[in-house]
Amino acid sequence: MNAIYILWLREVKKYSRSRVQIIASLGQPLLYLLVLGFGLGPVFKKAGGGSYLQFMAPGIIGMAVLFTSVFSGIALLWDRQFGFLKETLVAPVPRINVMIGRTLGGATVAMMQGLLIVIVCLIAGFRPVSWVGIPVGIGFMAMIAIVFAALGTSIGSSLQDMQGFQLIMNFLVLPIFFLSGALFPLNNLPKALAFVTALDPLSYGVDGLRAALIGTAHFGALLDAVVLVIVGAGLLCLGAWRFSKIEI
Amino acid sequence: MNAMIRVENLVKKFGDFAAVDNISFEVPKGEIFAFLGPNGAGKTTTIKVLTTLLKATSGTVELDGMNPATHENEVRKRFGIVFQDPSLDQDLTAWENMDLHGVLYHVPGKVRRERAETLLKLFELWERKDALVKTFSGGMRRRLEIARGFLHTPKILFLDEPTLGLDPQSRNQLWTHVKRQNEADHVTVFLTTHYMDEADRVADRIAVIDHGRIVAIGTATQLKEKTNTQSLEEAFLALTGSTIREEAATSADQLRQMAKMFRGGARR
Repeated sequence: MNAIYILWLREVKKYSRSRVQIIASLGQPLLYLLVLGFGLGPVFKKAGGGSYLQFMAPGIIGMAVLFTSVFSGIALLWDRQFGFLKETLVAPVPRINVMIGRTLGGATVAMMQGLLIVIVCLIAGFRPVSWVGIPVGIGFMAMIAIVFAALGTSIGSSLQDMQGFQLIMNFLVLPIFFLSGALFPLNNLPKALAFVTALDPLSYGVDGLRAALIGTAHFGALLDAVVLVIVGAGLLCLGAWRFSKIEI
Repeated sequence: MNAMIRVENLVKKFGDFAAVDNISFEVPKGEIFAFLGPNGAGKTTTIKVLTTLLKATSGTVELDGMNPATHENEVRKRFGIVFQDPSLDQDLTAWENMDLHGVLYHVPGKVRRERAETLLKLFELWERKDALVKTFSGGMRRRLEIARGFLHTPKILFLDEPTLGLDPQSRNQLWTHVKRQNEADHVTVFLTTHYMDEADRVADRIAVIDHGRIVAIGTATQLKEKTNTQSLEEAFLALTGSTIREEAATSADQLRQMAKMFRGGARR
């Protein structure tokens, strides 16, 4: 238990100390929010979709949580390169506890990042339909964070060095984001696209956030939660297994 | 003889290359055992197999009667290690690195803080305990790694080239401390070093390894007698030849290089 806590604390400490990185990481979501939000807003309104900023804000929150959590998992590679990973791997602590501590730490950091984006969205003019939805939204952020932190840990445990990083970014993380319905409604999509978006775990995360924050949902909040819990449990198992196999 | 470390016909291959090629040795409880060899001889690979970081290709390995491949956690409870290459978290402070280690090794809170303070003072890092490790010089980082290695008292202590980059004062502190732990708590010590005088001074027995094979094993005196030489350094050269070995840079080294370039300005 103590080991899980201290490794969780390590992630949180490192995050809170990297102020420059925190500010830098706000750049991309801000760009999406402002440029797309106000740029596509009029077209979206004309098409009868209502306010695009309202629609997109949950998607951008989901994006921030996705990126931060996957990268915190992949940061395992840095620990491998700079040697700290060895220190935790030879410690008399079951590896699963090491993995859980790291993953929960990464998920917590991703949630903090998500909350920052919530604040940015509120400043940009986003208004949740009811304030009661906020805690439910935080619950969905937590689920998204755990799912993708576990995915990041699985990837980080399986790669030897940073060379595969671009590949992961372009063929996994960005598709997860773009196919999630973060930027467009999932209704009336071409069949192929509808099929792929239904396979993307983030679709359910973003849908859950929309259900909580703006009161509209494609799949429904309950299905969203069930899918996220199942996928999260599966990825945690995968991550634990990959992590237990690490050799240095 | 009560063997703390037992290695029999150990082979570790990376692809076709046998880094460790059929070695056998035993280290009895309470002995200080030195593993000497040129770069790339297989010293670190052997330590990695013993410390559960790598799985052996074939052969038997036992620490205190347990197999590191199958009883990982039992084995991990029995040893402490100072690695050859860095293993600190540079984004944490010296104190946090010590504390984290203590928690991972189940050292109770009060003892942990007391010992951390004593060790940081001993290795002259106390004034900088709240500074981030990335602001430390190479020597300070090395001293912190060693201080951290002594935070808990294991049954077996692995020291993989611990004195690399240390000044004579810290080296002296290190070996005094190792000797003391060995005498007071009967800690078995397995060390590798490139400094023959150190091996001569502290080790009860020495194994010389080259190209993944053990070429000689015995006390320093026995090795000198066997090779008809005056010093351990001469004995070592007689056993392993005088060609210089090249180690291929691993991807980790390459990445470290890259990271240095990126942070170059900020670091120093």
